Amino acid sequence: MSQTREEPASVVQLRGVDKAFTAGGEVLTAALSGIDLEIRRGEFVSLIGPSGCGKSTLLRIIGDLTQPTAGEVIVNGKSASAARRGREYGIVFQAPVLFDWRRVEDNVRLPLELLGMGRAEREERAGEMLRLVDLTDFARHYPYQLSGGMQQRVAIARALALEPALLLMDEPFGALDEMTRERMNSEVLRIWEKTGTTVVFVTHSIPEAVFLSSRVVVMSHRPGRITHTVEIDLPRPRGLETRELRRYFELVTEVRQQLRGGGAEEDVLAALDQVAAEEGSV
Amino acid sequence: MPEAGVPRGRLRSVATFVAFVLAVLVLWELLKFIGGDPWRYFGWEWRPPLKIAFASDLLLPHVWQIVAALAEPVQRLRTDSLAQFLLGAAFYTWREAAIGFVAGTILGIGLATIFVHSRLLERAFVPYVIASQTIPIVALAPMIVFAFGTSIVSVAIVATYLTFFPVTIAMIRGLRSPDPRALDLMRSYAASPGAIFWKLRMPASLPYLFTALKISATASIVGAIIGEGPGGVNDGLGRSIINFNNQYISGPEKLWATILIAALLGIASYALVQIAERWTLRAAPTR
Repeated sequence: MSQTREEPASVVQLRGVDKAFTAGGEVLTAALSGIDLEIRRGEFVSLIGPSGCGKSTLLRIIGDLTQPTAGEVIVNGKSASAARRGREYGIVFQAPVLFDWRRVEDNVRLPLELLGMGRAEREERAGEMLRLVDLTDFARHYPYQLSGGMQQRVAIARALALEPALLLMDEPFGALDEMTRERMNSEVLRIWEKTGTTVVFVTHSIPEAVFLSSRVVVMSHRPGRITHTVEIDLPRPRGLETRELRRYFELVTEVRQQLRGGGAEEDVLAALDQVAAEEGSV
Repeated sequence: MPEAGVPRGRLRSVATFVAFVLAVLVLWELLKFIGGDPWRYFGWEWRPPLKIAFASDLLLPHVWQIVAALAEPVQRLRTDSLAQFLLGAAFYTWREAAIGFVAGTILGIGLATIFVHSRLLERAFVPYVIASQTIPIVALAPMIVFAFGTSIVSVAIVATYLTFFPVTIAMIRGLRSPDPRALDLMRSYAASPGAIFWKLRMPASLPYLFTALKISATASIVGAIIGEGPGGVNDGLGRSIINFNNQYISGPEKLWATILIAALLGIASYALVQIAERWTLRAAPTR
């Protein structure tokens, strides 16, 4: 990456973050409660939880798009607001949110224009990003001429155009079909390995979280709390065969169990273990 | 990929339009054939069986009489034809309307921009914007003339008055049309309010703007025509309508010819906006 200044080891530090949605002084929803989380440089961290657990809100708080009610948010060694104003992260939403009046390449150039980068450099960088997501041949197309998966790849290229230290992804593949989603997962890993960007990834798909992450953060339903953290020690690089590893199934089961509150399903896990063991021996 | 069949679609819409005009003309003459005044041409005479009041030669001249009137001198002892005269008047009116159209568009976009950025001002002033359109323009025009004098300026103000309203309403909608996530995206890039306006809100609002401009294009011409009377300008289609209205008994086809030219002027203005729209929005054929 291009930063030459001293880089703190933690890209994201959350301490005691609360978020309550209020109307006229009355608390309507306690969305997040007592969130402590530290994300190290180069990590791929997934936030997983039932819908309404505040994982997207947490992502928006990291991006300074929503203000926490209480707590401290440090991004890249400074306040979330300073990091946003310094354009130190890129964000990808569930929808591509491309500007339909701009060509694919012009969509990728948008953040570079906002930075005030010169034309020649803009074109070069956008070309580079489109190569990264393998869409060079579609640079001159308009968004409506692309499939959903391709549009989301343009959004990723746009988010990475400023070579940010942090990439925030809010259920980026939730609207895609299963086949496309798995392909996009591999794509994201390839990009992550190539760029070394720290990724915070919100999802409600357990297999997706396990496949992608170095760490999965499990959250509970309202108020959103971090209940568990699962280290994903699957070997890298990960590919199609990763999804067939015994360890992969174990981790999927572990995350699933913890999502359900833990403890009660020890025997289910044991049974699954047995099945997996038998399959492995055949 | 866009198909190569676009010109065919345009051809079809032109054909539909021509067919519609022909149908109106045929209906027009059919009415006169069964209920108008007697037809006398080259020693041939036809007496319509019925008597329909509004199909008389005075109220509904023959189409060819109107067309023929265009070729005749506008008045005795003058050398220019009615067509030449009306085209000159149309150009004069078009100029007034164009000034009003541009002024109204700028005013409308300006008001919408203010309202979109301030809920308070929106709530305070949008009701007045709406109320302004409930006042009949014929009642307001004399007051505008009283304030700004009998000149082309007053006429242009009347045209502005009819133009700014659709633009304001459409642009409030259009400038608010971007996806909230697109605004989040701009915030994530620490985009300035100016950048958000020019790179997101404005381009997103263009389809709304052009819809309003199509209304405004014709409304501004109506405004200019109406404004010419009390505005006291001695040219233009509005003045011609007043003059030929006074001479209706002696030459009804002149007023009809003026109406025809006024309609063509409106259609031409609409078409100009449509061409501008096609050219501007060619990038995003989402509609």
